[in-house]
Formats: sequence, C-alpha cells, structure tokens
Amino acid sequence: MAYDSNDHHKNYINAEKGIWSWMTTLDHKRIGVMYLFATMFFFAVGGIFAMLVRLELFKPGPFFSPDTYNKFFTLHGAIMVFMFIIPIIPAALGNFFLPIQIGAKDVAFPRLNLLSWYIFVTGSLLLVFSIVSGGVDTGWTFYTPYSIRTATSVILATLGVFVLGFSGILTGLNFVTTIHKLRAPGMTFHRMPLFLWAIYATAIIQVLATPVIGITTALLVMERVLHIGFFDPKLGGDPVLFQHFFWFYSHPAVYIMILPGMGIVSEVITAFSKKHIFGYHAVAYSSLAIAGISFIVWGHHMFVSSQSPLANFLFSLLTMLVAIPTAIKVFNWTATMYKGSISLKTPMLYALSFLFLFTIGGLTGLFLAAISVDVHLHDTYFIVAHFHYVMMGGTVMGLLAGLHYWWPKMFGRMYPEKWGKLSCALTFIGFNLTFFTQFWLGKMGMPRRYHDYLPEYTPLNIASTVGSWFIGAGMLIMFIYFIWSLFKGKRASENPWGGKTLEWTIESPPTTHNFHKEPVITTGPYEYGELKTTGEA
Amino acid sequence: MAEHVVPHHFHSAEQAFESSKLGLWLFLVTEILLFGGLFVTYIIYRAMYPDMFHEASHHLNRPLGFVNTLVLICSSFTMAMAVNKTQHNKSNRASQYLLLTLMFAATFMVIKYFEYMHKFHDGLLPGAHFTNTEITHPKADLFFSLYFMMTGLHGTHVLVGMGLILWVLIRSNRGHFGSHYSTPVELTGIYWHLVDLIWIYLFPLLYLIG
Amino acid sequence: MVDFFKIFQLPQASTMAPKVDALYDFIHWVSVVSFVIIVGGMVYFIWKFRRRREGEPTPYITGHTPTELSVAGVLFIIVMVIFYWGWKDYSKIIQSSPNALEINVMARQWLWEFEYTNGRKIVNELVVPKGTPVRLIMGSADVLHSFYVPNFRLKQDVVPGAYTKLDFTATSVGEQQVFCAEYCGTAHSKMLAKLKVMEPKDYQRWQTTWEVEQSLGIQPAGAAETTAGQAPETVVENPVERGKKLFAEKGCTACHSVSGQVLVGPSLKEVFGHEVELADGSKVMADENYIRESLMEPQLKLVKGFPPVMPTYKGTLKDDEINALVTYIKSLRN
Repeated sequence: MAYDSNDHHKNYINAEKGIWSWMTTLDHKRIGVMYLFATMFFFAVGGIFAMLVRLELFKPGPFFSPDTYNKFFTLHGAIMVFMFIIPIIPAALGNFFLPIQIGAKDVAFPRLNLLSWYIFVTGSLLLVFSIVSGGVDTGWTFYTPYSIRTATSVILATLGVFVLGFSGILTGLNFVTTIHKLRAPGMTFHRMPLFLWAIYATAIIQVLATPVIGITTALLVMERVLHIGFFDPKLGGDPVLFQHFFWFYSHPAVYIMILPGMGIVSEVITAFSKKHIFGYHAVAYSSLAIAGISFIVWGHHMFVSSQSPLANFLFSLLTMLVAIPTAIKVFNWTATMYKGSISLKTPMLYALSFLFLFTIGGLTGLFLAAISVDVHLHDTYFIVAHFHYVMMGGTVMGLLAGLHYWWPKMFGRMYPEKWGKLSCALTFIGFNLTFFTQFWLGKMGMPRRYHDYLPEYTPLNIASTVGSWFIGAGMLIMFIYFIWSLFKGKRASENPWGGKTLEWTIESPPTTHNFHKEPVITTGPYEYGELKTTGEA
Repeated sequence: MAEHVVPHHFHSAEQAFESSKLGLWLFLVTEILLFGGLFVTYIIYRAMYPDMFHEASHHLNRPLGFVNTLVLICSSFTMAMAVNKTQHNKSNRASQYLLLTLMFAATFMVIKYFEYMHKFHDGLLPGAHFTNTEITHPKADLFFSLYFMMTGLHGTHVLVGMGLILWVLIRSNRGHFGSHYSTPVELTGIYWHLVDLIWIYLFPLLYLIG
Repeated sequence: MVDFFKIFQLPQASTMAPKVDALYDFIHWVSVVSFVIIVGGMVYFIWKFRRRREGEPTPYITGHTPTELSVAGVLFIIVMVIFYWGWKDYSKIIQSSPNALEINVMARQWLWEFEYTNGRKIVNELVVPKGTPVRLIMGSADVLHSFYVPNFRLKQDVVPGAYTKLDFTATSVGEQQVFCAEYCGTAHSKMLAKLKVMEPKDYQRWQTTWEVEQSLGIQPAGAAETTAGQAPETVVENPVERGKKLFAEKGCTACHSVSGQVLVGPSLKEVFGHEVELADGSKVMADENYIRESLMEPQLKLVKGFPPVMPTYKGTLKDDEINALVTYIKSLRN
C-alpha cells in the first residue's frame, strides 16, 4: 500500500502484511478501506452506465437498441443505489471514523463487521452476475408485474438486493450498539460529532427498513420461481402492493443515502470556517426527526398509482413536514459560516457544492409533495432531476467532501489541492448542466425511462448529455489523483485542517488500536473560536 | 474450565455482554419486520378474500398444528431452564435441557415435514403446481402461497435455531459457560423465544380461522 | 425575454392546466426566494469572511434558538399553504361529472386502444369534444402503464387487474400528445397516442358518420377514419397508402421498422415473399396468409429470436384494413 519499509511509523496499514491479513482483518479501519475500494469501484461502473444512458439520449433516434438502453438505466440505478450510495458513507467512512470519533478501539462486533463486508461482496457479485447473464431491464424499482414477466435475469438481481440488505442490517446494528455501548469516558451523546448523529439515525433506518425490502425481494423471487401470485393480478394478487412494500423500504433508504452526507457537511463546514456549529442540538435532532418522518411518507411515490385519495392526502401532508428539519439543517450550515474564517480547500468546495445543490434538490421536492403538481411531474424528467440533485448533488458531494477531508487521515497522504479544485469545479458545472436542464424537460412533459423522445426535447437533451461528459471528466481526474496520492502524495500531518474532533488527535494514518491511551472527553466537538460573544447553547 | 477472554475493545465482561444483548435485540427487531411484511400481506389478502381464507384454512391439519404448538412451548420452557442452569453453574443440567430443546425442535420439524408432504400430495403447492380440485375458490393458492411462505420462513428459523442450540450444547459440554460467561446461551435463548412467539401467531392465523 | 420563457411554457389545454400551473408558479417563486436567501447568504459569507490569514480569531457562536424557531414556524406555514392548495386542486382532478362522456381505454404493450360506447374502436388515437367532461375508464392487458397528457397536466397509472379512472375537460381544439409515463418494457417510449379535441358539433358528426356507415354496412374507407372533421376526404386512397397509415395508427411502428432496423419485433423490410425461420427451427413463407395469421394469432408462428409479446389484433382490425396492411407490407419488398 502507501507505506514502504523505510517508514518507521507503525500504523493500521503496515501493521500486518499480505492480502490474507486484509481478507481476515477485524480492524474497523481496514474493513472501512475495503468497503471504500469496493464501493468506489461500483461508483465507476455505475457512472459508466450513466454515461451510456446519456449517450443514447444525445439525439432522437436509436443509438443502442431499446432493450440495451433499458438494461443500461436499470443497471445504472441498481448499482448506484444498492452498491454505491447506500453503503459507501456508513460502511466506508462510518466504519473508519465512528469508533475513532467516540474514542473507541473498534466497533462492538468486529467479526460481524467483516462478515457484512463479505455479504456485501456476495450480493454485489450476484448483481454483477445478473449483468453477465443478460442484464435486467425492470428499472431499479423492480415494479410488478413487469418484473414477473420480463425474460431478463430478475431473480439474480433481486437475490443480490436481498443479500446486500443483510450487509446493511449488520452494519446498522453494529453501529447502533457501538454508539450506545462503546463511547469513551465523558463522550456523552451531546458531545458526539454531528457525523455520528447522522450515522446513528441512518443505522436505525437501516435496521428498521431493510428487512422489508428483504421480504419483498424474497416474495418477488418466489413469484418468479414458483409462480405464486402476491403481486400478479392474473393470480389474484395486487401489483400496487409491491409498490407499497418497495417504497416502505426505499423511501427511508433515500434518507439512508442523504443523512450521512449531511453529517459530513456539518463536520467540514465547521472545520473550514473555524466556527462552532450553529445550533448543535437542532442539527443533531433534526437527523432523528428526518429518520422518523422517513417511515411515514412512502406513499408520495404513488400519488397516481391508484391508491386512495385519503392516502394521498395523508402522505402529502406528512411529506411537507420533512421540509422543516431539512431546512433547519441548511439554515444552520449557512449560519455557521457567519463571521467565520472561511478557507476554500477542496473539502469545503464540495461541502459548499452540497449546500448549493441540495438546496435546489430540497426545494424542488416541494413541487412533488404538492399532489396536484405531482400529478403532472410524476414519472417525468423532473423527478430524475430532483433525485439526482438530492442523491448526487447531496450525497455524492457530501461523500467527496468527506473523502477529501479524511483522505490524509485514512492514508497519511495529501491529495493534490489544485487537481482537487479543478475536479470539483468540473463536476459542479457538469452536474448543473446535466440535471438542471432535466427540470425543464420534465416540466415540458418528457417522461423518464424513454429510449427515444420527440424532437422538441432535443436541445435540452443535448445540453444534458454534454454536461455528463464534464462530470465524467471531473470524476476521472479525481480517481486518478486519489490513486496517485496513495503512493506519491505529500505526507500528511496529524491535523492538516485544524479539526477538533478526536480523529485529529491521533496519527495519520492511525495505529491499529487508534489511541495510545483511552481519551477522556470534556468538551463538545466543535470548540472553535476564541472571542466569547453572546449566544446560547 | 476454559477461561473466557473479553475481546480487547471492551472494558469489561459486563460491557461485552450488554453490547451483545443490545445487538441481538436489534436483530430481533429486524426479524419482526421481516415477518411483518408477510403479516401485512396476510392482512390485506384476508380482507380481500375472507371466504377463501375460511375455506382454504380447512385444508390444514389442526391437530398436527396444535401438537406442534405444544412442542414449541415446551421447547421454550426447556430453553429457559438451560439458561437458568448455566447461570447457576450447573453445566450438566444445562446441557441436558439444551438436548431436550433440540429434540423438541427436531420433533417440530418432523411433524412439519409430514404436513408439507401431505399438502404436496393433495396438490396444494401454490402456483404452477396447484392441482387441488376440492377447493372451489379460484384464488385459493394465494392462501397456500402465504402458508408456505410463512411456515417456510419460520421453519428456516427453526433450523437456524437448531444449529445455534447444537453449537451452545457442544460448548456447554466442554464447560465453556458458567455464571462468569453465559452470553451465547442467553442470546440463543432469546432468539429461540422469538421463533416460538412467531409460531404462536402463525398457528391461529393460519389454522384456526376456518 | 417573453419569447424565451414561451419556449418553456407548455400549452394549457384542459380545465386543470391553469390551476396546476398557478400552484407550480407559486412554489417556483417560493423556491427562488428561499434559494436566494440561502445561497446568496452563503456566497456573501464566503466572500465577506474569507480567511485572510491563518489562525485569525473567530467568534464563539453556538446558535440562537429564537431564530431557529421562527425559521421553522414560517416554513411550517408555507408548506401547509402549499399542501392545502395542492390537495384542493387534486380534489378537483379526481372529481368526476355525473354526465361525463365515458370512453374505455385498454393499454397494452405497446399501444393504446380506445373504445367508445357505440362500439367504435381506435388504436392510438382518442377523439374527444371540447368543453365536455370526459371520463376515461382504463385497464391494462399486461403490465403497468400510465396515461399522461402533458398539456392537460394530467396523469393516471393504468393497473392490470383493476380499473382506474381519469376525468378531464379539454379547453382548446387541436391535437395533444399522449405518453405512457410508467415504464412498461422495450417499446415504452414508443407507446404514444394522439388526443384530438374537436368542437362538439364536429365530434358529433365524426361519430354519426361512422355510425351511419356501420348501419349501412359500409366499410369505411381510410378517409372516414381520418379526423380532419370539417372536410371529410372523399378520395379513395390506394391500399398501400392506407396500409402505411394504418401501420402507424395501429401502433405497429413501435415494434416493427420498415427500414431493416431490428426493434422489438422483426423488421418488415423485404420480408414478404421470403422464408422466415421460426422459433422452433422450421421455416415458413411470409405470404398473405402468414401475415394475416400473425396479426390474428401472433404467438402461433413466432419468428426466431423474438419474444412472444405481440398483442392480437383480432377484433381491432377489420378485413379491409388487414388487406391494406398486407398490401403495404408487400410493397416493402422491392
């Protein structure tokens, strides 16, 4: 890895040698790194599928055959959702930093942790194998009865999702237990970094929601194998029931994706503004509030599915409530920068991109929560744009902020700052070009998952596809300099950003046991700022 | 007696035990939600086709279901006794109770096997294999889909439970457990009670509605 | 500037369209203001409080609860307004008029069939009178679909095994685009239809002409099926032209190209008079009988390498229409 024999500093990377020492490791940091590599690899794969999807839509008329295109967007969605965006922040960064940030030596169940990585790999292989054996063309939502009838390898893909779910469940229960039982002396809940509050809320959703997708995919597999009829109208089943089950998991899953990103942004904005977070309690508890509300709003994906008007009424009303904790977070991040000492290093640029893009993503959610407007916008490109602003503009930007922020700590090397800024700028510009145009396309009525479109949608689609090339270029640069920096990057000091959380008090990279002496915590995580002015806790 | 070593990242045996217990309870929550999906399916289709559920339920074997309920309740009792004896350092007694529990579980599976065979024979396997002609309701295989999914998933849990019980039985025989360390026995016990509890719901919902 | 915005303004062609647009605009401006406050604040802070030197002091501010509460309060009021407005309009969308004109819709992979109460069936074309409440009663023959008319701002999923309804009143004469908005497989993006809105008297004439022709046993010529309304064509089209038109109208183009390109089904270019290989390995001559049979019983002799997904046209195509289609396919052989 990044360390040669000349290096005298003993750390978790060079503590043991050989591939076998990694494959059998119980060290949460090593498992986190293994997760990071696996999920980033799938990010690249999913990204390639995204580029192919945009390529098809560059102009009207076919480039790939319709079936090929349908497989592309399905695999893009399934890989990005199940193999990248859901696991990456909790399982990679969370695994690495959760124990350190609470002053522990490891997570509560190290063996379970390693097991969950292997389960993740198994599930991923099943999904990958479904690509090899012909691909899936149902969309990542696997809506019945199409998913029962299509000839593609739905069974492998849904089994993959089923298995991946167990990996998430194990990670989630491990984290909840760790946070409850393994905090260092003095580390009260209210002294925990906000990243951990977010991870904690995420873990709770993972534990509560994932089993439902497990049983749903199990039922779907049974439908295909044994031809039982829970979701098939021909056999007396109800295809809309599948949608309820699916979104009962997949809506909370959206918050599994975004909450950790929000957590990272709280860390990065405070560190690069040198300010205490504005409204610690509000930000912390809004994570829990979002997690709670996430379980009672799934029906807003189904306003035109033929569910009852009463259900629509309730789901629309409840969905509106999500706006409040979310907006409080956004407001507090902005307020944190007030009177700060703001440094625009790459992590901060990504965090600010998050703030910019997530604000758009959140606000466009208002359109979709209002039932009458959603009737028009549902299943159009407006939806595609909205969730990419939240998932990519939000989570991925948050992830990249965190990745750059913690890269020196994880690998003891700095990434190249100039290239980092360039990559961020390209991605930011490309992202807006790709997806802002899609709001317009959606408003003009272009439905999603279209292999071909009417000529009047051409100009906006061209712009969108060109934007995807910018994103591709930005991400490619990032992948290259990250790998480069593992070997050639400048050595990182213990605390290159002047952070105040516990991980910045130990070596970069950390030793196997994280701390030489168990830390005793006496203050909160964001004690920046010297000038004591008025203000309440 | 082999001395149990507390894993390095815990401060104390107490903390290790508390963590394991919390982890297991969280796991049980996921189990309940897993079965919850099936229970919700059950509720919806029973509300849609009450007559069909009524009719199809008659094709389940109530006496066998009842015996199986008794068997599982007994096994819960012996499991609880095994935990109790372990905590009081009576490893031999504990092992005997574990063995009893294992036998009850096996009895349950054997009875279940005969029930399943009978259903197959009657052509009640849902989907493409559904050939039963006695049931008049056209949607009856929905009921049997639920029956096989629910009891099948439960049966899988019984099998997993048997594996766990066998594992703690072997360790108990080797004298690994006692008042100082009984986590695996206790956790297996909690899991086993949940498996029983689910059956307590399944039995009336499937067998007794006719 | 006005023209620029026109590009992004969809025509409003139903009673609901202006209402939906009004709420859309309201949310739009709420969003713009919120965005300016948040991102404007952010940009201003970045500039104003940029780091001038390392280690410069910053104040210790941990929050301000009254501000938080007022932000939450104001926001709560705004979102409740949006919710109520959306719900109120939605209640109008689902409200149906007791004397609405009812039309049956059958969605299948990948075409729309419309059936009027007088028995008239048309594929991929729906004709309705302006200003009259219309109710679509929709079913699906296979998977989920969604009936979507952007200019009406209306959409409703079509669910197999159940009927869903969509009520609307068109407000302007002309042709509207119908999309399938719920992903339904290979030719999802080709599952298009036209919705033609006519003046009520033209609509009446359009229906009466057909009814009279039916009662007289006249096979309506291609001309009568067109919807030009005011000026019914009297020229009898040649069968190739008519076949070509039917080929497009009946949704064949979604799956079959005439250019040689392989879509969902085999291309029909130069297929006539040639042998085709079937799924079971046998061969069959593509002649008039085979084409007719494939329209009626598509799964009977399946061409090798294609899925058995074509719907039957039994009952939707009349004899003379089949003849016209066969003639057209014949003409593709050159």
